[in-house]
Order: sequence, then C-alpha cells, then structure tokens
Amino acid sequence: MNLDFGVVWARWPELLMGLGGTLFLALSGMVLALMIGVLGVAVRRSGNRIGSALVIAFVELIRNTPFLVQIFFIFFALPLAGVRLNPTVTAIIALGVNGGAYAIEIIRGGVESIPKGQTEAGLALGLRPGEIFRRIILKPALRAVFPSLSSQFILLTLTTSIATSISAYELTSVAQRIDGDTFRSFEVYFTITAMYLALSWFIMSLFAVITRTVFTYPTR
Amino acid sequence: MSTIGTPELLFLLRGLGWTLLLTAIGFVGGIVFGLVVALVRVARRRWLRNIAVGWIAIFQGTPLLMQLFVVYFGLPLFGVTVPAWGAVAIALTAHASAYLGEIWRGAIQAVPLGQAEAAHALGIKYRSLMRDIILPQAFRLSLPATIGFLVQLLKGTSLAAIVGFIELTRAGQIVSNQTFKPLIVFGIVGGLYFLLCWPLSLWGSRMERRMARDRR
Repeated sequence: MNLDFGVVWARWPELLMGLGGTLFLALSGMVLALMIGVLGVAVRRSGNRIGSALVIAFVELIRNTPFLVQIFFIFFALPLAGVRLNPTVTAIIALGVNGGAYAIEIIRGGVESIPKGQTEAGLALGLRPGEIFRRIILKPALRAVFPSLSSQFILLTLTTSIATSISAYELTSVAQRIDGDTFRSFEVYFTITAMYLALSWFIMSLFAVITRTVFTYPTR
Repeated sequence: MSTIGTPELLFLLRGLGWTLLLTAIGFVGGIVFGLVVALVRVARRRWLRNIAVGWIAIFQGTPLLMQLFVVYFGLPLFGVTVPAWGAVAIALTAHASAYLGEIWRGAIQAVPLGQAEAAHALGIKYRSLMRDIILPQAFRLSLPATIGFLVQLLKGTSLAAIVGFIELTRAGQIVSNQTFKPLIVFGIVGGLYFLLCWPLSLWGSRMERRMARDRR
C-alpha cells in the first residue's frame, strides 16, 4: 500500500475554507428549514383546508424522494422560472426545503403535545391569536422537540456534501478539486471524512449549549 | 436534442432495477451486521460496547457520500478489486449496520428488564434469552423505525450516482443530458422514488400509530 497524505495536507487552507463553506451551508439551511417548518405548522393550524392539503403534499413529496433528485430539480427549475442564482444559494434553498419538510413534521408533533387548556388560558387572558401561537404554543413546543430537531439538523449538515453535485462551494467540492489535481482520492476523502466527523461533533455540542441556555425555563 | 420515448423510459426502468437491487443488498446486509452491532452494543463487557459505540458514531457523524467515496477508493488500496456496484453495496451495508444497530439497541433496551431477570431466574442461557425472549419483542418495537430507515436507505442509494454507478438517478442524469428536458426527466425519476417510498412510509407511520394506541 502506498499512501501519501502529504500532498493533501499541503492544501489545508483550501480544506479549511471548504469546511467554512460547509458550515455556512448547514447553518443557512437550518435557518431556512426552521422558517419553513414554523410557517408550515402555522398554515396547517390555520384551519385553511387547501393550505393544509398543500403542506401535507409538500411534506410527503419531499420526505419520500432523494435529496439528490430534489437538488437537481431545483437547480434546473429556478432558471426556467427566470430566477438566476449561484449554485451555493441554490444549495441553501434545496437544503432548507428538504429540512423544512422534516421540521414541519417534528414541530407539528411538539405543537400537538401542548394541552388545549394552555391556548384557552391565553384566550381568557386576552392575548391575540398570533401571540398565543408564538408565546404559548410555539416556544414550549420547540423546547419539547428540540432533541429531534437537532438530530434532524445534524443530518442536514451531513447532507450538505451532496451539494457538490451542483458545484456549490463546500468541503466535498473542494475535496473533488484536490482529488482531480493530486489523484490521491482515498487520502483526500479520508481526511475530509474526519473533518465532517469533527464538524458534526462541534454542531452537536452547539445544540447542547442551546439546550442548556435557551431551553432551561421555567426550571431556572 | 431528442424526445423522451420508450428507449429512454426503459433505460430509466433499468436504473430503477439497480436501485432496488442496491437497496435490497444494503438492507439484507444491514440486517445481518446490524444485529451483530446491536448485540455488541448491549454486551456485558465494556470494551465490546465501546467498539459498537465508535462504529455507530462514525457512520452517524459522517455523510453517506463520504462513506461511499472512502470504500470506493479505499478498497483497491488494500488490494481488494470489486466492481463499482460491489463497493457501493459494501458501503451501504456498513452504513445500514450502524443505523439499524442503533435502532435495535434502543428496542432491545426498551424490552422491560424483568423479562431478562425472569429468564435468568429460570436458568435460561444468553443465546436462548436473546433468540426466544428479547429479540422477538425488540423486533416488534423497532418495526416502525426499521421501515423508516429502509426508506432512508432507498433514497440513499441515489448517491451511487455521484461515484458514476448507473442506478435510477444517474440514469436520469444521462437521459436529461441527452434530451435537454431536465424537469420532465427528474420529475419522472422523483415520481418513481415516490411510488416506492410513500407506501413504505405510510405503512411505517400506521404501525407507529397502532403501537402508540396499544400502549395506552
């Protein structure tokens, strides 16, 4: 066996930049997914039958097709709709749409676990429906489902590697470039696999910190 | 530029066949090795448990695409020459063993401890305890999550397209490049995946609801 990690590690500035690109894709994707998740749940609870049906169809469609097919579809569909975006922004949209479908299901589970009496108490206190949804339903619901949401977001972080298929700027596409220059395929991918592992541990501890600081009320 | 006719559709269906075959190999291999991972994960010896914990952490903490790449490019370095589909099948099997191992670990630990204690009191040995008492109950408990993972695995086989293996998604890419109709082609490809995955998802969630009702 003839391994040479030297030529790969010599490119460490590019690898670090790529890791930064992956982190950026992941965090932007999470924010978009969370927004789509909350919006989807709000629409489903609004009582609008057509809106609810569309949300259900969206969730089922996204959860039962591969991300790779979704990202290709979005990549080719946006220009036809007259929207020209660079691959990285396209990847963020695809990640947000994909993660959003899972987030809708997760957050909905949390919202349904909030006792009805809590909503009624809010009404009795004279809060507006929007305030009730935000303060009395959404916040405790997010706290309840935060563990499932974080494991979904770890999956989203790992999914960013598929964005290489549309040449978005992230770690895997950087690795493919280095692979093309050096022909050290195994060494490159082994190295960035370790980097992904470190990244997912980093994000997991980030979530642990959020759990301890944001979601400790009312115990503290 | 050509249209999407019967030859193109047949090409996609042949890709679909490979997708199904890869899923089947990964799932069957994953069941066999996943059972090993689950049993090692709940072993009495700590160092054995740690090995399984590490195996699961590596596969759940890295992208499936990287697992495919490392196996695909790594096997030849160790003198193992396998065709592309073989490398993909090995990677999918290892991936599935970690995920299924973790799912079944949870299910095994969800079987009430009294069951194992009762078996112990009756003098039942480990083999029979696992085979006759714990695993059948754990299997039932784990079914919804196991089906959920099967859907995940089926979708995951699409990544074989990135290493150049012609399964359904790669076939779609090729037809799309030939016909310049990406939306129709990827619409058909997505539709085929949906037809496979959706019934499984519905089955899994119906079973989950029924089990939640039975517990009450």
